Amino acid sequence: MTGQEPPGPRDVAVVAFAQSDHRRTTDELSEVEMLMPVLHEVLRATGLRTADIGFTCSGSSDYLAGRAFSFTMALDGVGAWPPISESHVEMDGAWALYEAWTKLLTGEADTALVYSYGKSSPGPLRDVLTRQLDPYYLAPLWPDSVALAALQAQALIDAGDTDEPALAAIAARSRRDAAANPHAQLRGPLPHGDYVVRPLRTGDCPPVGDGAAAVILAAGDRARELCERPAWIRGIDHRIEAHALGVRDLTDSPSTRLAAEKAGAFERPVDTAELHAPFTAQEVVLRKALRLGDGVRVNPSGGPLAAHPVMAAGLIRIGEAAARVHRAESDRALAHATSGPCLQQNLVAVLEGEPR
Amino acid sequence: MPEVLKAPLVVEFPFTRSLGPVQSAFLTGLRERVVLGVRTGDGRTLVPPVEYDPVTAEEIDELVEVAPTGTVTTWAWNHEPRRGQPLGTPFAWVLVRLDGADTALLHALDAPGPEAVRTGLRVRIRWAAERTGAITDIACFEPYDDPHGETRRPAPHSGHFDGQVTGIVAPARLDYTYSPGRAQSAYLDALAGHRTVGERCPSCRKVYVPPRGACPTCGLATTERVEVGPRGTVTTFCIVNIKAKNLDIEVPYVYAHIALDGAGLALHGRIGGIPYDQVRMGLRVEPVWAPGARHPDHYRPTGEPDADYDTYKELL
Repeated sequence: MTGQEPPGPRDVAVVAFAQSDHRRTTDELSEVEMLMPVLHEVLRATGLRTADIGFTCSGSSDYLAGRAFSFTMALDGVGAWPPISESHVEMDGAWALYEAWTKLLTGEADTALVYSYGKSSPGPLRDVLTRQLDPYYLAPLWPDSVALAALQAQALIDAGDTDEPALAAIAARSRRDAAANPHAQLRGPLPHGDYVVRPLRTGDCPPVGDGAAAVILAAGDRARELCERPAWIRGIDHRIEAHALGVRDLTDSPSTRLAAEKAGAFERPVDTAELHAPFTAQEVVLRKALRLGDGVRVNPSGGPLAAHPVMAAGLIRIGEAAARVHRAESDRALAHATSGPCLQQNLVAVLEGEPR
Repeated sequence: MPEVLKAPLVVEFPFTRSLGPVQSAFLTGLRERVVLGVRTGDGRTLVPPVEYDPVTAEEIDELVEVAPTGTVTTWAWNHEPRRGQPLGTPFAWVLVRLDGADTALLHALDAPGPEAVRTGLRVRIRWAAERTGAITDIACFEPYDDPHGETRRPAPHSGHFDGQVTGIVAPARLDYTYSPGRAQSAYLDALAGHRTVGERCPSCRKVYVPPRGACPTCGLATTERVEVGPRGTVTTFCIVNIKAKNLDIEVPYVYAHIALDGAGLALHGRIGGIPYDQVRMGLRVEPVWAPGARHPDHYRPTGEPDADYDTYKELL
């Protein structure tokens, strides 16, 4: 805190983004071994060293690989000595970014390193994710993540919002776009496959895999020093709905809409949207909630249907949207992250580049 | 590069959870084949019932009994049931709005095939033969031919039963395949040949044993392999007086930090071959391997003179 700045909000930007190559398994690497090259890459992009970073925040879940306190070992890759200012969320890294953003707003730090990683390959992911459900009424039934998404997909089909060919087209578009993304796990055309849980087929589901991502945030002039065209966070907000699926309208996402409204997404149109819709049908819900027209480029990276490292996939949406602003391929992009079954909790960020 | 090591890892807990008053009434009711809902301030009936209104967060406790019959609001055909799911044969996941309820309950529907299921299908509860006060007291739903529908209005219910259930035990088991990664695989591989191999940080030159792949001080990959030991120095120790469960070692015994020669930090090990009250800082020790073991069983004195404090004071 300099004490000289006028009171009021600071401008905070994403100034660098890096991600691993997302793969079905990385069993030759521990979590920190998988993460470390990504941390080095994102720091190298800004010329910063760990000691220069004001705040570090990460997101991960020990349930994925079954390793207790894996996040403390992942911290080895940061180089946390002398002791650093650090925090961790048991959530997707997008929420770690939210925490870092608030930290920068307070003025206590000018830069933040945000990272997240997920190693789903050691465990049965569909079953692992049942452990996040209500332990009284849901978890004892072991309803897996694909089953819950399939209930949502059927509700959309019943409502006339989509059909199976439309869902297949979302899958095909995603993987076609991913052909240009060297980090994606599924790149290029794939057969849409058999039913996993009807009406969802393999093509409607995200690949299971391992991966990591990292972002650097910076405030004000620091951001301009570190990045030629910072991706300014014009707004960011997250909202949550009731956990029980039976009290929600699964064909809509009021929490996404409200987060978008609070983030200022509706004030002016965006040209790009990176949506964290792990299942094809969820893209239908999000497009509706976010009022995205046909002119908006959705998931040019291929999105989560091409690479879905759990706990990192939401942060990657923010990183991909920011990277497009950095490369001057977007002037105003929306990034979305989700958590919980059937889009229970949603985060929306609006990123802008300065006029070219 | 050595072969990637893998081993099964089972994480299993019986979670014991207490119930709030509404959950307790609902789950006890299921045991008695009674389905309870809870009324919200705006007059909706939530089934399954919760302790707080999901919209207003108001505490709610007005219980009503609803019917064991209802209507499918959405469904998904599960042709490959997974471990722990309600049925072992192909079934439909369903959200069911029970007659008298305004919200839907998730469960399984036993049906011959996906062509027999649709949104709007009338279904009824099939009760489990043995019921304990859990959501699994509903074995599943089954199609129910009921042209007239159920017109019963929700009836007020006290929520009181004899032998109220106040908690559940929820077993959870997940099966993983653990792989320790590059650095630890190399360490374990060398250990199998009775050699202890650490890794050196390229920046601060510290040698980590066992290595975890990164220097936590510098945040860099440790790649240079360095064989350390086999001898080392006791840097500090404690005397264990309480026998650990499943550990066949007589107490008291000494558990020590041992800095192997050449290592930049100490590791843990048991000290044997010397009375416990004669172990001291600076004692020189060497590993003792049991036949076929992948780790040293314990460390014993080498008989060398004690190490000078200055040689290990940075490794405490």
